[in-house]
Amino acid sequence: MAMKIGTGEFKERVDKGIHNSFMRSAVAEAQDRLRTRRLEAAEELGNWEEWRTLGEEIRKHTLENLDYYLWQLSENVAKRGGHVFFAQTAEEANEYIRDVVVKKNAKKIVKSKSMVTEEINLNPVLEAAGCEVIETDLGEYILQIDDHDPPSHIVAPALHKNKEQIRDVFKAKLDYKKTENPEELALHARHTLRQAYLTADVGITGCNFAIAESGSITLVTNEGNADLVTSLPKTQITVMGMERIVPTFEEMEVLVSLLTRSTVGQKLTSYITVLTGPREQGDVDGPEEFHLVIVDNGRSNILGTEFQSVLQCIRCAACVNVCPVYRHIGGHSYGSIYSGPIGAVLSPLLGGYDDYKELPYASTLCAACTEACPVKIPLHELLHKHRQVIVEREGKAPISEKLAMKAFGLGAASSVLYKLGSKMAPSAMNPFTANNRISNGPGPLKAWTETREFPAPGKERFRDWFHNRQKGGEHQS
Amino acid sequence: MTAGTIHHRDKFLQTIAKKLGREQRKTGVTRPYWKHQPQWSVFKGYSQDDLVEAFKSQCSRIHTDVVETTANQLAAALKQVVSNYGGGPVVTWDDPRFAEYGLFSLLQEEWPSEKIDVHVWNASIGQKNIECAEKANVGITFSDITLAESGTVVLFSSSGKGRTVSFLPQTYVAIVPKSTIVPRMTQAAAFIHERIEKGEQISSCINFITGPSNSADIEMNLVVGVHGPMKATYIIVKDR
Repeated sequence: MAMKIGTGEFKERVDKGIHNSFMRSAVAEAQDRLRTRRLEAAEELGNWEEWRTLGEEIRKHTLENLDYYLWQLSENVAKRGGHVFFAQTAEEANEYIRDVVVKKNAKKIVKSKSMVTEEINLNPVLEAAGCEVIETDLGEYILQIDDHDPPSHIVAPALHKNKEQIRDVFKAKLDYKKTENPEELALHARHTLRQAYLTADVGITGCNFAIAESGSITLVTNEGNADLVTSLPKTQITVMGMERIVPTFEEMEVLVSLLTRSTVGQKLTSYITVLTGPREQGDVDGPEEFHLVIVDNGRSNILGTEFQSVLQCIRCAACVNVCPVYRHIGGHSYGSIYSGPIGAVLSPLLGGYDDYKELPYASTLCAACTEACPVKIPLHELLHKHRQVIVEREGKAPISEKLAMKAFGLGAASSVLYKLGSKMAPSAMNPFTANNRISNGPGPLKAWTETREFPAPGKERFRDWFHNRQKGGEHQS
Repeated sequence: MTAGTIHHRDKFLQTIAKKLGREQRKTGVTRPYWKHQPQWSVFKGYSQDDLVEAFKSQCSRIHTDVVETTANQLAAALKQVVSNYGGGPVVTWDDPRFAEYGLFSLLQEEWPSEKIDVHVWNASIGQKNIECAEKANVGITFSDITLAESGTVVLFSSSGKGRTVSFLPQTYVAIVPKSTIVPRMTQAAAFIHERIEKGEQISSCINFITGPSNSADIEMNLVVGVHGPMKATYIIVKDR
């Protein structure tokens, strides 16, 4: 699965999402639960804003010195006997990984959850080389056995499926005879995957944070699958986006604390694992050979631009869990493995405007994402910048969008300006408004309002509006 | 140890430097002093007893049972926990603390006489250890550092301290010497960072384990016990 998922136009995907009532209520419920748990975890700390500021400082400093820290990381990995491959493109990364796998004469590969290996479309390359590739994160495993159904959330990939659907997939593909009880389903997966870990030749992981000072990689899970993937096979290959790095253990610790709280409201997940090189002399478990593949794949083009801060992202999905648009259309509508506000910013940068020019409009610019981000990425401002680029530089948007852009445009740069902007927006929207709903919106709203009414901006504060929508997302005007 | 290889680094890092609008940096970068350091204020000024209470209270939130005991009573307490989990086979680290805490006779005499299989990690028999861990009902390790805030045990791997002892068995028991409890991950990270600064080699695997394995991937329902242990108990022991 590459970064791009699904087929059809954006409008069609949105239409499909909006009419999938199970998905919509599952998404709404998941958002509410995750958001509440995040807020509780933040409140418990008491000084969450200080934590966010620290997180932002760490990420900014690391990005500004990214070449230095990657240099240090690679030196330290090699010192501990690991191999490092810098891959400018997805193809280079895949080719290197395939070569390692072929050289090892590997037939079976176990993987723990990794967005970057989805992004570079690694699995088909390995399958073409004659390998069986098995995803071990429960959610990813469910999607994989269901004929590679795409993920719809960066943390909970199978969020769009209900347990009955999962039971039916297990029955069709795994000789499963029990019920839709999640515990029975999970137990079955445990038994099947246990055998896979024990017999696999190669384990492939992503990387939450690499640590420059020691040449280590950090893996964060609740299931413990990454631990078995890295303990049992003789060869380990870890693939990381080049920005997923911190200077020392001390910064790793802060970012892990921000990540687990922002993702699920946990103080720490069940397993945080820091791995350095291959096994040491005398060790019985752990890989004999360790390869670290550091992937650019378009990221360096973001450095030094007004979008640089998007690389601060630690993939917690807090922004996804507060986004009113994601709530309505679900992850698949974005047409990218990166969904929600972060996906709407990142996908056009990594995949180009041709495929993703609509995504920056998949936002109300309400700034809930920015407020939720634990490393203070100004997501709604970046979405707004995308719109400006699309209209001004690419010339791809129709003229009616320019008019609407003006109305939104003034406001998105800061919260004060946004308030001003949303005060102005109602008058700009007036011709399209009926009973406080925009039912026939201009330009950027057109794709939406053809299938769905939009709330008129500004009259209602976002929080009130969001609150009104918590129960399943139907508007109450 | 043979050093590993590094491929295609120069061009890759030069590209980054160029995009950042400056020369490539290989030296001369120092970590700034972070203006805000809220991580150090968690449980600041807590006594060791306060930390034990905070640790216990967190364990109730992570599906982990806690037993408190003294060094003298540890063998009996451990025996009870293992019995509650349905007995052996048992797998443990090869760790001098088992002898120091008076567990030698339980492992070597008592359990074997009760037909409970005990496997102590033994690097010289290689792969056989993994087979034992896979068949084990209970895996037992000590905690090297323990985090009160999150209810976490930190394990440093070595040739006697196999990684899979805490992952492959059906259930997991960590023995937590009271003195190993610190406020949070911050103190553990600082400890490891200091060792690196001194030029020491850190363990190839450092595990921060917080309760049994779990997943909420099916309709957000929490399932405890997925790939790793189904259940976990921490035994807090007052130091000898």
